[in-house]
Amino acid sequence: MSARPRSKTELFWAFTQLSLQGFGGVLPVAQRELVEKRAWFTKAEFLEEWAVAQVLPGPNIVNLSIIFGAKYFGFWGGMAGLAGMLLFPMMVLIAIAVLYLQFGDIAMVEGALRGMGAVAAGLIAGTSLKLAAALRQHPLGPWPTYGIASLCFLMIALMRVPLVYVLFFLGGGSILLTYWTLKKSLSQGHDES
Amino acid sequence: MMSLDLTLWWDVFLTFIGMSLLAIGGAITVIPDMHRHLVLQHAWLTDSQFTASIAIAQSAPGPNILVVGMMGWHIGINATQGLWQQYLLGTMGLCVAMLGVMLPSSILTYGAARWVQKHRDALSVISFKQGLAPIVVSSILATSWIITVAHDDWSRDWTIWLSTALTVFLIWKTQIHILWLLGAGAVLGAIGLI
Repeated sequence: MSARPRSKTELFWAFTQLSLQGFGGVLPVAQRELVEKRAWFTKAEFLEEWAVAQVLPGPNIVNLSIIFGAKYFGFWGGMAGLAGMLLFPMMVLIAIAVLYLQFGDIAMVEGALRGMGAVAAGLIAGTSLKLAAALRQHPLGPWPTYGIASLCFLMIALMRVPLVYVLFFLGGGSILLTYWTLKKSLSQGHDES
Repeated sequence: MMSLDLTLWWDVFLTFIGMSLLAIGGAITVIPDMHRHLVLQHAWLTDSQFTASIAIAQSAPGPNILVVGMMGWHIGINATQGLWQQYLLGTMGLCVAMLGVMLPSSILTYGAARWVQKHRDALSVISFKQGLAPIVVSSILATSWIITVAHDDWSRDWTIWLSTALTVFLIWKTQIHILWLLGAGAVLGAIGLI
């Protein structure tokens, strides 16, 4: 059993803290804070909740904060997660916008953004590779799961198939396969007992 | 004197409400739609303000959806004159846009979260979550790939590929703090090395 947040306040500040560290994407920080540091999720649980967050409209990371908050503290927990993710970053954004209105168009700022963008892309890829470790325990077995993952990468990154179709066809197929496999192993377990 | 044009803000609010449920997979998926509505159709902000919105949101911490708030900010800036009035209406525009884009998707997510939580032991829910796990891993990796291959001018962009590859290795295999990596990227970029 993994650890859990003790209060809505703790939840709010935890999400504020990780959101404020998330330059160029909050996912890498969220994975490190929630899975590695606080242990509120295992890698597998994180992937499962992210799956729900991803198929719903809205930003995945914000959806995740609502789902996570609601799981422990109901409606106000969801609101605490949402507010943590957005409140302070919105204030920082206003401060940056004010600065930009006065000192915009500086080559150094553009260069810094370019450098941070390169790092942010690496953070996202590295996080994905870390989470991939959880696929080893997948009910379909490691190799079929790696096969689905590779096919998905091929479709999105190289063939540029829109995410909605990938989720519907490849995701739908993968869900059905998992369903049959789990059902078969359940009924076999039943026969043996 | 500052005037508050309520019909304008109601229209802005409704436009962002409309975007909310289209944003499957995050803010990036609705950027082309937003450009069409906000810049071409309504002319609420200029092309360069649109691009600046993306750049500013990228330089700020937090979820990428904040880019929508930045567009609201620029709509507010354009609605008035004078620095303080602009700050005030800009802040209001930011809040209106964020509220609009977050409201429908958050309500839907909360409802879905409760339903999934209630049926978490159902075989179909377990299969749904676990079946999508390989898709989730790959679509995250693909996001990074798509961002990186946009830089295809090798004579200039090899530094980007190198920095990205190095970051992948460091985040995957070490416990180095994420902010150190971002800081190093910012400094190297600012002095022109990336």
